[in-house]
Amino acid sequence: MKKIDRSSKVRTGFHQAKWDEPVIFELTKPGERGILVTKANPEVQKAVEGTSVLPSFLQRETAPALPEISQPRVLRHYARLAQETLGADVNIEIGQGTCTVKYSPKVNDQLASLPQMREMHPLQDESTCQGIMQIMYDTNRYMCEISGMDRFSFQPSGGSQGILTMASLVYSYFKSKGQEKERNEIITTIYSHPSDAAAPHVKGFKIIYIHPDENGYPDYEAFKAAVNEHTAAFIVANPEDTGVYNKNVLKFTKLVHENGGLCGYDQANANGLLGVTRAREAGFDMCFFNLHKTFSTPHGCGGPACGATGCTKELEKFLPGPLVDFDGEKYFYNYEITNNPSAIGKVREFNGVAPVILKAYAWIRSLGPDGLYQVAKTAVLNNNYLFKKLMELHCVDAPYIPGKQRIEQCRYTLETLFKETGVSTADVQRRMMDFGMHYWQSHHPYYVPEPMTLEPTETPSKEDIDEYIETLKYVFDEAYNNPEKVKGAPYQSVCHQLDESNMDDPKQWAVTWRSYLKKFN
Amino acid sequence: MKTLGLLINPIAGMGGSVGLKGTDGMYQEAVRRGAVRKANARTALALKALLPIRDDLLVLCPSGEMGEDLAREMGFQVKVVYSCGPDTTAEDTIAAARAMADADLLLFAGGDGTARDVFTAVGDQKVALGVPAGVKIHSPVYAIRPEAAGELALSYLKGACGQTREAEVVDIDEAAYREGRVNTSLYGYLQVPYERRFLQSSKAPSPLSERSQQVNIAWEMIDQMKPDLYYLVGPGSTTKTLMDVLELPDTLIGVDLICNKKLVQSDLCEQDILKRMDERETHLIITPTGGQGFLLGRGNQQLSAAVMRRIGRERLHVLATQEKLFHLHGAPLLVDTGDPEVDRMLTGYVRVIIGYMEEQICPIGAERQ
Repeated sequence: MKKIDRSSKVRTGFHQAKWDEPVIFELTKPGERGILVTKANPEVQKAVEGTSVLPSFLQRETAPALPEISQPRVLRHYARLAQETLGADVNIEIGQGTCTVKYSPKVNDQLASLPQMREMHPLQDESTCQGIMQIMYDTNRYMCEISGMDRFSFQPSGGSQGILTMASLVYSYFKSKGQEKERNEIITTIYSHPSDAAAPHVKGFKIIYIHPDENGYPDYEAFKAAVNEHTAAFIVANPEDTGVYNKNVLKFTKLVHENGGLCGYDQANANGLLGVTRAREAGFDMCFFNLHKTFSTPHGCGGPACGATGCTKELEKFLPGPLVDFDGEKYFYNYEITNNPSAIGKVREFNGVAPVILKAYAWIRSLGPDGLYQVAKTAVLNNNYLFKKLMELHCVDAPYIPGKQRIEQCRYTLETLFKETGVSTADVQRRMMDFGMHYWQSHHPYYVPEPMTLEPTETPSKEDIDEYIETLKYVFDEAYNNPEKVKGAPYQSVCHQLDESNMDDPKQWAVTWRSYLKKFN
Repeated sequence: MKTLGLLINPIAGMGGSVGLKGTDGMYQEAVRRGAVRKANARTALALKALLPIRDDLLVLCPSGEMGEDLAREMGFQVKVVYSCGPDTTAEDTIAAARAMADADLLLFAGGDGTARDVFTAVGDQKVALGVPAGVKIHSPVYAIRPEAAGELALSYLKGACGQTREAEVVDIDEAAYREGRVNTSLYGYLQVPYERRFLQSSKAPSPLSERSQQVNIAWEMIDQMKPDLYYLVGPGSTTKTLMDVLELPDTLIGVDLICNKKLVQSDLCEQDILKRMDERETHLIITPTGGQGFLLGRGNQQLSAAVMRRIGRERLHVLATQEKLFHLHGAPLLVDTGDPEVDRMLTGYVRVIIGYMEEQICPIGAERQ
């Protein structure tokens, strides 16, 4: 018997399940059924007549064009798709910069799956759900302590909705002063998350962008030129996607306040800041946390998530209601806000996704204040270890603040690799999947050429980070010695090569099966 | 069978290899300094990508080094459409390009000077694509690398890439460049096949195509226009889109005047502009041209110091796509009206319209020394 050689850091033996699985509509076979529901007995039909069916005006005239397919084939279809994923539990999760999902303790999932939680309904009487209401109330208090804000709402169901909620608070604040028409501009930076611009844009604000100065910090002189009597708010991420922390942010928020504006902090990812800095002391009036990024509540496929949004006392009356309060004896929904005509109103039903709040609560309680601070220290240490190792490589660089450390993430550039080999960051990204790993390039547009955004969080061990680095080096070596191999990737993973040109051209895509048929049949 | 027009400027790039900033008018000096011809080798890198469709492709080309030799050497079916002598000139390039009018795609190798010649020959009516082989490559009509030009040409000829876009033909005054000054001018537009990852602007891919960004910018500018005022519209692809959206004819590289969304006058010279400015309040809509970020003084000299003194900062509207601003890496937009006092008056920060209800704060500076 031979000893198995595990000395290589690079897992060349990885192979992901891969099919060219059709869209479920393509599997349809006329007449094939999953379940044939028998008609109720005449007595039953008679007994429920007029009460059990939808009124005729709500009934469709034609049957929905759903796929006609049997249960086993449906099961097989989705089981196959489920295997064609590279989720957080499969790969070394380092590469989803700005949104890396940290390890989510399975025990917290179990808590959220308890029947007492799973079978609860948000319309239950308050007296029957005091437990989860206490958890909402206490999690609000923890968020306030962590951020310096005075009140949080858990209604926003993700980061972009959190930003939209902040923009709505800004609008309501100025509307209450009769200034909503004059105060119509939001300032942000080009390296903040694009949602910091997009969500206020949806709310009707004009967006003013600030470019970094030569050192990589938001250009204060440009900022001064941007702030005026139309400034409604400054909404910004700090650190930005480059991992550069604007240490002069207080100067920026002060200038906005002097000109009558508000300041909103995109703290979607606060991994590097827990217990280190707070939004309030940096001069912000609002902030939001993505519970799935910072507080370990996993989210997949767009939800369920939570963009917990907090604000100062002055803005509290505009928050979406109701909020959970405590009268000394019991927890209750406080509808006072919902009676305020200036409040922004609900941004989603009920009080957010209760199991997500529970998981965040459990995570915070398991760590305590010292543990949260340790999370920040470890996340920053991990990132700067990775940063130092990668910057030693000839083909990797990172723009801005040379020689200084980043916070919890960094946007690298593979421009040198591309110039010398023709291998792009998209090629490297796809090749990494052949080793069971991935990384994300950048938001659009690509201000950093050939970008690669990495964020290790506090989760990975040094062993994990070293394996990730070795795999990247392996692919870089391939790029120099056999570039076509990298360009042709992936070979052992499911990702396809796509031409992203003109993705805004409606002729190029179809988001529903019906529009696909219309365009291509 | 598809037809490919192949046009090689055989002396392109020679100046660069011996320390000359371009080869225009410097061919003899380049030869004296020992420069060797490399344009054919770079074109071969592009043509290699077309070998798989060699049997279904007819290459139209000029004789000898301008295309025939290489195409035959690589085994393509060749039809010579223009005969040239041993010492080729810009006139040969223009005449040869015109002789290939029937080609599905015109693939030309050279630098900015060659692109200018091709534009002179075919205007913006033919689909053309540049193989970067010259010293100066500032025009986004060139692919990022010769191999990329080949891949994009293959994709276009096979019908996989059916999109085209207008790309700027810009060139630098080589004589001034050799003296350390950068004078960029916009000469026109070529229709190029469009697949973002292959072209010079691929560094800044965006979910919004350049054309869509330009349309959004145009609508924002239109929303900002006030009734009964004059708006001068300078040259550039972004300002051209504004005219397209308004369904107004556009002078390719000139200045037009509009009022209440109607054309008042086309292609104004400095004196026309000054005369019109006496009639009513006049604003100026401009976009940086080429890769240097020049707002004034390159290709729009009719917007003189005298004009700009009266326009001032307040009536200046700058439009630019995010991609164009990206290429400046935070460097200022430049003005060079010839009058330092006016240039100083224009410097400072300006709000550049980059989308619908989107602006970016950018610095304006005088020409870099």
